[in-house]
Amino acid sequence: MAHALIEKYKGHLLATALTAGVLGLLVLWLGYQYRDFITGNVLLYTLLKIIAILVPLLLAVAYLTYAERKIIGYMQVRIGPNRVGPRGWLQPIADAMKLLFKEIIFPTNANRFLFVVAPMLSIAPALAAWAVFPFTDTLVLANIDASLLYILALTSVGVYGVIIAGWASNSKYAFLGAMRSAAQIVSYEIAMGFALVGVLIAGGSLNLVEIVEAQQGSFLHWFWLPLFPLFLVYFISGVAETNRAPFDVAEGESEIVAGFHVEYSGMAFAVFFLAEYANMILIAALAALMFLGGWLSPFEGTWFEAWFAWVPAIFWMLAKTALMLLFFLWFRATFPRYRYDQIMRLGWKVFIPITIVWLVVEAAAVMAGIGPWFV
Amino acid sequence: MPEIRNFTLNFGPQHPAAHGVLRLVLEMDGEVIERADPHIGLLHRGTEKLAESKPFNQSIGYMDRLDYVSMMCNEHGYVLAIEKLLGVEAPIRAQYIRVMFDEITRILNHLLWLGAHGLDIGAMTVFLYAFREREDLMDLYEAVSGTRMHATYYRPGGVYRDLPDRMPQYEASKWHSKKDVDRKNEDRQGSMLDFIEAFTERFPGCVDEYETLLTDNRIWKQRTVGIGVVSPERAMQLGFSGAMLRGSGIEWDLRKKQPYEVYDRMRFDIPVGTTGDCYDRYLVRIEELRQSNRIIKQCVHWLRNNPGPVMLDDAKLAPPRREEMKADMEALIHHFKLFTEGYCVPAGEAYAAIEHPKGEFGVYLVSDGANKPYRLKVRAPGFAHLSAMDEMARGHMLADVVAVIGTQDIVFGEIDR
Repeated sequence: MAHALIEKYKGHLLATALTAGVLGLLVLWLGYQYRDFITGNVLLYTLLKIIAILVPLLLAVAYLTYAERKIIGYMQVRIGPNRVGPRGWLQPIADAMKLLFKEIIFPTNANRFLFVVAPMLSIAPALAAWAVFPFTDTLVLANIDASLLYILALTSVGVYGVIIAGWASNSKYAFLGAMRSAAQIVSYEIAMGFALVGVLIAGGSLNLVEIVEAQQGSFLHWFWLPLFPLFLVYFISGVAETNRAPFDVAEGESEIVAGFHVEYSGMAFAVFFLAEYANMILIAALAALMFLGGWLSPFEGTWFEAWFAWVPAIFWMLAKTALMLLFFLWFRATFPRYRYDQIMRLGWKVFIPITIVWLVVEAAAVMAGIGPWFV
Repeated sequence: MPEIRNFTLNFGPQHPAAHGVLRLVLEMDGEVIERADPHIGLLHRGTEKLAESKPFNQSIGYMDRLDYVSMMCNEHGYVLAIEKLLGVEAPIRAQYIRVMFDEITRILNHLLWLGAHGLDIGAMTVFLYAFREREDLMDLYEAVSGTRMHATYYRPGGVYRDLPDRMPQYEASKWHSKKDVDRKNEDRQGSMLDFIEAFTERFPGCVDEYETLLTDNRIWKQRTVGIGVVSPERAMQLGFSGAMLRGSGIEWDLRKKQPYEVYDRMRFDIPVGTTGDCYDRYLVRIEELRQSNRIIKQCVHWLRNNPGPVMLDDAKLAPPRREEMKADMEALIHHFKLFTEGYCVPAGEAYAAIEHPKGEFGVYLVSDGANKPYRLKVRAPGFAHLSAMDEMARGHMLADVVAVIGTQDIVFGEIDR
């Protein structure tokens, strides 16, 4: 059936692909011809840079969902999506198309305005946070001094989308999800904030580029080693912040069905989904940046340094991010879900004390000038 | 100042953790459960009433559909009750086959329970691990009866057929390469008993695998230890049976206390819990998986060495062989009578109970001497367990309700009947 269809529309598909390709080349050529105009026009140039960040980001989100399904699939002795396109590569595209064309249903007595605004409030900070994110030391849209603070602020704003979605849905399940999410994010924000304070003491700056540059030397100079407890706390808090398993009580599939987005369908649902995955990538990338030396080569200062000198810096950045993302997926396949009050206990009674103790230790180390990290 | 009121949450009947069609009305103070009110009846199909209008044998298939994850055990209860009224006993080989399939069914049921319980608490992977083994057991059902679930394999006077000499094999296709299929068929080269034996060798390792995911997992323990505690006294008052009763520390197992079929010849242990919480019941059921495996092994050994009839040689109860029907007038008449009118059962009443994977599954049968039961009453273990929902969930949080539903191993087919 499918094969017959493909045979029938092969001509159309080819023509469409060809037209798209020609148009793309035309746009690139035009861009090249008018490069002086574009780089001269700050607004247009910035806009293009934003697109250059967002399009790969959204593609990464799409293929992160595919990777998740495949990787968890293999962990669970099954195959995962393998029907749409070769090896299922077109699955995320098919999912996006399906969601795009689905109706968005407004529940009875839902607050329509807030119901629509909530997903936007969710996605906007998740995307805006990337504005200050340095992919390499030069590849950054806005290299501002307080970039760490900016990211922390924006990731906190994302919870409003969840709370408002839960409230506007006029559903008890959504409402419970929103309340859980609010409490959870507020608690873990504190532990995460303390962990970041540790990083900025060690890096001596709030600027992400400088934080990475402070880790130069070898992979033993990266902050994961001196700040190991903070690294763990940061990453686990990050998992909690993004409402991922085992901290996914805000969604709580088996308890409150889907939590805050239970009433959402179609694209409105997809936007929540996008925001969640964009946040996951952000948390993973930040972990790579602050604790794993960002774009620095792991072979720096070893005999292999010269061998890998040709590898572009951004490769290390992406590889480390991918590694951290793998942990997100691995957690999901391994752990049962925490109960809501147990999450609170973990946040307040375990993580916050750990971070405070380690901050004291670290401050003492900085005062004593223990090298090679705190010189 | 507005009055602060509890709010009511309608949990189900469409809910990922409702295990079918459970409708729970929860009165909640924030996340804390003040009252849990289970509503039943959404899966009522009138099995007991339907049985009154059919010859005895035609209701066996309905029994499969009661607790639709432990099909043959349900049949067993019903068939035993009929045999009790008729005053007959199945041949010894049939009894061994029944015991073996009861235990296979127990593993089937506990694997589904384990997967669903894990999934309810958020551990997704164990579900798929469990289904990998269930697949093999389903194949056994299919090999022996022709269907993967609703087998209708047990008959009054024995079982439908002897075990096949050859285990069906996978075939290569567009999606399954030759290499894959050959690997899957490795254990399927010989007879069905060979395949079962290979399974029993493999299965304890699989149980270890499930346990590595859950038993010592801190989150799993935090979610199950101390949740839904039932004291031994209370468990008896509530009419618990099966793992729910044994989890509370009472050593009660019909296979030991009132042995039926050949259970008195089997060597196995009854695991009991100590505190009666979800974690204890989890451990009890995990151990039951291992014990069932032990029983299956013993049955395989016996069945290999002792061929014989699997059905009573009674033309009034058992259908004649096809060959005889071609030549023998009497066989043809017997066949016709058996499949239209059935057989008449002496007037009287009988209660037969078996140790079902979920607890004591009893069938109370009243006959007025006709070819249909006058009244059939099914004692479903899940019904007693579900009625304790309020007691077990009260004061816990919403997430624990899900754990309690999971630990009760509820299947609505038998509760609503």
